[in-house]
Amino acid sequence: MGLEEKAGNLGIITTTLENVVNWSRTRAMWPLLSGLACCAIEMMAAQSSHYDMSRFGMELMRASPRQSDLLIVAGRVTNKMAPVLRRLYDQMPIPKWVIAMGDCASNGGVFNNYAIIQGVDEVLPVDVYVAGCPPRPEALINGILLLYDKVQGEKITHWS
Amino acid sequence: MSDHIQQAAETIKKKFKAEVSMFRDQVTLQFDKVHILEVCQILRDDFSFGVLTDETVVDYWQRKEPRFQIVYQLHSREHDARIFLRTPVAEDDSSTLSVVPLYPNANWYEREIWDLFGIRFEGHPDLRRLLLPKGYEGHPLRKDVPIKVEETRFSFNYDDIDLGKPRAEE
Repeated sequence: MGLEEKAGNLGIITTTLENVVNWSRTRAMWPLLSGLACCAIEMMAAQSSHYDMSRFGMELMRASPRQSDLLIVAGRVTNKMAPVLRRLYDQMPIPKWVIAMGDCASNGGVFNNYAIIQGVDEVLPVDVYVAGCPPRPEALINGILLLYDKVQGEKITHWS
Repeated sequence: MSDHIQQAAETIKKKFKAEVSMFRDQVTLQFDKVHILEVCQILRDDFSFGVLTDETVVDYWQRKEPRFQIVYQLHSREHDARIFLRTPVAEDDSSTLSVVPLYPNANWYEREIWDLFGIRFEGHPDLRRLLLPKGYEGHPLRKDVPIKVEETRFSFNYDDIDLGKPRAEE
């Protein structure tokens, strides 16, 4: 696959630990199987064969927060749902990342009212915001690739 | 108006001084809120209005005195007939009688009304909030509650609003 060519006939690759760990983190980042509203439909479409998020190491959405690395907040977050979402986030093992998918999760969107939290960043630390109402699967995949860039750039001192 | 509904409306009108109005074959009876249990009892037992399809409330803030009107929709399956009841409720005494003893499914309707409009139902077995989270203050579907919770963000005021927002920690 090209690796052999680079390795030559020595069978040895030299790189930094940061590079290897960050590379492995991005190539198998499993999202939590959770959707809150209509954005979840687009998330499912992004997962299905036409857009195929498996290309980016997201072979499957894990149904348990204990096994997932990425929380895609797909949809508006109600005041009543926020504690549940925070709990799911707290149950995920470190390292973990959050994507706020869509306008409602990013800043409340059109729901500027008593029921909806004005941006999920009031409850969770968000890494990437994806705009759109709902965002197309391409936009979500773009957001995921943006997150990969961020993870690739992480220094060893950032690892917790 | 079918004979069945006409008869029911006449009876309620005579007994409780109800106002009868009709709009596109929908009959509405409006009467004082203290009679609601008796009216429901008569309609249910004598006129076979056995189903409470819906119970809700309208807030006529700044337009009408008294402010609220509780709306009951009754359905008779035997006669395929519907009848609407309205009882005005004043703002300073926003409570009325519960119809749970007659229609058990009113339980959650009345909890929802209490939750969103803050109208107390006397005689309700378990008047708690239904939809909003525990510890929520106020009744947000009242018309005097502001719609917006946060100023709309545009590019010129984005920073002002963003600085004041709470931010989550890791």
